[in-house]
Amino acid sequence: MSKELVDLVVDMREEEAVKLAEKLLKEGAEPLGLLDDCREALGIIGDRFAAGECFVPELILAGEMLRQIGALVKPKLEASGGATQEKIGRIVFGTVEGDIHDIAKDIVVFMLDINGFDVMDLGVDVPAANFVEAVKEFKPQVVGLSGFLTLAYDPMKNTVQALKDAGLRDSVKVMIGGGQMDDNVAAYAKADAYGKDAMAAVTLSKGWVGAK
Amino acid sequence: MPKPENFDKLTPDEKRQARLEAWINHEGLEFTDPEAEKGYKERAQLFADVFQMKKPKRLPVAIATGFYPFLYAGYSCKDAMYDTDKLGKAMKKFHEDFMPDAAASAGLYVPGKVLEILDYKLYHWPGHGVPENTSYQCAEAEFMKPDEYRTYLDDPTDYFIRTYMPRVFGALEPWQELPPFTNLLELPFIPWGMLSFGLPHIQETLKKLMEAGQLSLEFAGKVAEIDNDIITSLGLVKYQGGFSKVPYDVIADTMRGTRAIMLDTFRKRKEILEASERNIPFMTKMPYGAYTWGAPPTVFFPLHKGADGFMSPKDFKELYWPSFKAVMLNLIEDGMIPFLFVEGSYNQRLDIITDPDIPAGSTIWYFDKTDMAEVRKHLQGWACFSGNFPSSLLAAGTVDQVKEEVKKLIDTCAGDGGYYVVNGAVLDEAKAENLHAYVDTVKEYGVY
Repeated sequence: MSKELVDLVVDMREEEAVKLAEKLLKEGAEPLGLLDDCREALGIIGDRFAAGECFVPELILAGEMLRQIGALVKPKLEASGGATQEKIGRIVFGTVEGDIHDIAKDIVVFMLDINGFDVMDLGVDVPAANFVEAVKEFKPQVVGLSGFLTLAYDPMKNTVQALKDAGLRDSVKVMIGGGQMDDNVAAYAKADAYGKDAMAAVTLSKGWVGAK
Repeated sequence: MPKPENFDKLTPDEKRQARLEAWINHEGLEFTDPEAEKGYKERAQLFADVFQMKKPKRLPVAIATGFYPFLYAGYSCKDAMYDTDKLGKAMKKFHEDFMPDAAASAGLYVPGKVLEILDYKLYHWPGHGVPENTSYQCAEAEFMKPDEYRTYLDDPTDYFIRTYMPRVFGALEPWQELPPFTNLLELPFIPWGMLSFGLPHIQETLKKLMEAGQLSLEFAGKVAEIDNDIITSLGLVKYQGGFSKVPYDVIADTMRGTRAIMLDTFRKRKEILEASERNIPFMTKMPYGAYTWGAPPTVFFPLHKGADGFMSPKDFKELYWPSFKAVMLNLIEDGMIPFLFVEGSYNQRLDIITDPDIPAGSTIWYFDKTDMAEVRKHLQGWACFSGNFPSSLLAAGTVDQVKEEVKKLIDTCAGDGGYYVVNGAVLDEAKAENLHAYVDTVKEYGVY
């Protein structure tokens, strides 16, 4: 464990954080330990985000730091045979049909992943049928529908309906989020909940899979 | 009423007053009948009153429209951008049937053909990257690379001509080979500056520009015809005049994209500040392109990358606000009225935007999802405000819910004036009966 690395990531000191990770690896630090440090830092950043003390740019830079440190660690992990983090649940996620907005979706997927979920990201402009296929194949506990536009209301509704028609609706919880979504739309689309941001998605999902 | 001869000598307040009066007195408009003219004057007066924070006779009501008018008329979103007859019919039907006080302009639904000729890459539009029944959507990319801030700062116009435009318009890609126009200094240099225009692939770009120009000109004529018909036959007012952008958003939306600009706030803070400042004169000039005397003196700014969550209040104050404020003050000085559309929410910004340097009664703030009780607390008596009727309710609610919400919103906001009603997000999807209930309830209930 390197408290220094955790602090550098939390303080958004990108260059120093990556350099320190490099140095620690050279000195023979446990690669998985470094990833644990990053995860701890991300946990703190996520809590700060939920409390309104940090914002989307911090989440994006944190993701960027994790990506860089992950790239340093990966060859060492592969060499040592590696071990993967145990997942607490499965989620199918995507931006609904007709909507091509990906930034918020990517952040939510990233935060879900960091918080221990195995996320199948279907991308943007995803037809209802693709959600149905993914649910059949991946057997998630949660489906996340993202959308930015008022024009996403009906595709959200249609996607939930398609899950129902395929007999899959009772097997999953459905959450929606994005620009013009709110509780009115969640009710309209017959989703289980609306989440206002990435951490709300994490909290909802953890609640549904019974994780802390 | 013509422009006063001593206009340049007037104070900013007097200039604004003169511009508003010219607008109310509809310089240059000919109405189809006296009833329409009367309706226009009454409505323009309602808006002019609230813009100046007075109590209007009744609250004016507007509908911020996306592609709803076309879906309502039974057309597709693609029709709006590819068929000006359908564009005109849908806009007329929408305004005639719902009769909001403000007229939306057909000019928002730009010809897809022009975008195709230019091979425009910053947006996808119906039938071109997104389905035919979806609105146009921004497909951000790093059209300016992270190491190009310095080149941009050196000469933004040259950067646009030889770097940005060749990237964002596929048809103008060869322009990256052009020499800078500032080379054309003296006689010996002229042919060397001109010779690129003799090359066939550069000449091809000029043909495309002429083609796009021709179609754009025809479109502009058609838009004027459609808009004027709605205004002069129905007596509705156009209340959004020119257009500009926040200097920071020019970099964030147009050139770098959301992800990149967010990383730049850590990695290139100084460059963002310099580039925002560099954009001040350009964004001050932009709205005058569309302004003629008698047109609405408002300048519409869609505010994007400074929203709650997109940056900290500290960054908003340091990175977003100073150059934005400078553009507003330039316009206010000239009697123009910055009309700020706050997309997303500004719950954490209300203290910052109510800046004492901005004179009372000189701006209009239109909110999407900000808490309106807080807005009133901060803005009433300082600036006109509006917005945040939930567009989701117009699409997903019932008539009774809509009526109730309109009344609740008016009770929360109307107070002593300086307020009008409009939905928060531009409307693509709605139930017609909800939209009728929305407009009619404001007209009935919104009386002082």
